[in-house]
Amino acid sequence: MIDGFTALYLFMLAAFTGYEVISRVPVILHTPLMSGSNFVHGIVLVGAMVALGDARTDVERVIGFIGVLLATMNVVGGYVVTERMLAMFKKGKPDRVRG
Amino acid sequence: MAERLVQSSYFIASILFIFGLKRMSSPITARGGILWAGAGMLVAILSTFLTPGLQNIALILVAIAIGGGVAWVSGRRVGMTDMPQMVAIYNGMGGGAAAAIAAIELLRGPGSFETVAAIAGLGALIGAVSFSGSMIAFAKLQGLINHSWRFRGQQTLNLLVLGASVVAGIAAVREGSALTVVLFFALALVYGVLMTLPIGGADMPVVISLFNACTGLAVGLEGYVLNNAAMIIAGTVVGAAGTLLTQLMAKAMNRSLAHVLFSGFGEELGVPIAGPAGKSLKPIDATDAAIMLAYSGTVIIVPGYGMAVAQAQHKIAELAKLLEAHGVDVMFAIHPVAGRMPGHMNVLLAEAGVPYEKLHDLEEVNAAFAHADVALVIGANDVVNPSARTDTASPIYGMPILNADEAKNVIVIKRGRGAGFSGIENTLFYGDNTRMLYGDAQDVVNHLIQELKAL
Repeated sequence: MIDGFTALYLFMLAAFTGYEVISRVPVILHTPLMSGSNFVHGIVLVGAMVALGDARTDVERVIGFIGVLLATMNVVGGYVVTERMLAMFKKGKPDRVRG
Repeated sequence: MAERLVQSSYFIASILFIFGLKRMSSPITARGGILWAGAGMLVAILSTFLTPGLQNIALILVAIAIGGGVAWVSGRRVGMTDMPQMVAIYNGMGGGAAAAIAAIELLRGPGSFETVAAIAGLGALIGAVSFSGSMIAFAKLQGLINHSWRFRGQQTLNLLVLGASVVAGIAAVREGSALTVVLFFALALVYGVLMTLPIGGADMPVVISLFNACTGLAVGLEGYVLNNAAMIIAGTVVGAAGTLLTQLMAKAMNRSLAHVLFSGFGEELGVPIAGPAGKSLKPIDATDAAIMLAYSGTVIIVPGYGMAVAQAQHKIAELAKLLEAHGVDVMFAIHPVAGRMPGHMNVLLAEAGVPYEKLHDLEEVNAAFAHADVALVIGANDVVNPSARTDTASPIYGMPILNADEAKNVIVIKRGRGAGFSGIENTLFYGDNTRMLYGDAQDVVNHLIQELKAL
């Protein structure tokens, strides 16, 4: 169990990390980065899996099922969309313009 | 043993997420970044199946299969121009999942520590608002909702609904009765809808980014409830990074976040304001425009949302190539908030094969306009409106703009005569050196290409 103060420290350090990690992002990466961070909070899937895996009543199972369903869409959709956006950044495209 | 394996995998996943995000914030390493984060996600998900005492595994697998299949197909099929609303909808799903986790926790009643239940409740509120708000943002960008609901006392009503959902939330945390929990979630979902409805399309990117940060925070909070370190770290990191990103976007539009959320500006007003007295719009046809372009020394292309709507990026890349064959120096001027999202234009033009070195930021390119023979504005409006520099009464006064009006000639490709996305009349269009080329961006550019080839 993470106790109160450890939790607060963890929260503070993670928040600073998030702020620092993207503080020098160029404008062209704003949208892909938003999409990428959208993918990362898809980690809620592991929580939803644990919640459904621990569900004891039918109501809990239904809610848990919805949770896993939504979280998986966050993960898979977030990944696909981000990957497609970032694929535009690969090198060797200019030859298409020069013909 | 299994527990330790799960915990180690979460530790590794957290590191991979942070490195992945770090890499995604530089163009050179960005592509690798999503792979790092993806690897972290895969490790975390697979090892979660080893969690001791995990039941309902068949249900979990079915939910993953359905959700994964639907998201994979929709994410693959959607056009590049529709990416912003897809980010919104997938983000809303994450918020909904966080709310679902909280719902199970709250329904179990105050048996657990009250602090834990309170954290679950806070995460539920944020997650539910993010869920319904993101759905509205999606519907607006997708064109399913065209109307912005605004009425007197709207902010008061919203505040009351928020207040009521907080009260219901406190009751749900203390009692955990089905009634209070259902009421709590209903009110939180309604609040998300109400707060997003009056916000105009132009401000949607900022709002989506805000909901993205909210979902991150909700995931982090539910991480405390489930004692799951990977969720705490990934959620909080995204919450903080998303907040910064939201501020950066709002700043690029010279608007405060409060203004975006509560002012209701940023939507077509429907009533175009009359143009400056004694000035009129001067049309030009494609033939003349093509000749003007072909015999220029320098042409600066300013793309905007109209280009994205018309899917004209490929034609524009072709046009640029043709002009270069005519010995014209072609540059692209990208405003930070051109299109629906910062970076929207870059992504589309890169897709069409325009080399990165031709895309220039506002700061780089603004000095170049004075030396350019033609500024070709394609479906952009507010980002080239000179009244942002001069007219203190204008709602966009102070927003950094591209100084297209300083070019010797300006050609504006525009669908119709109406005002732009913000409903503000654009004085650039009435300039003595400005000519209007009406039509759908793709058709018009296609016309220009034909004319250039014929020269």
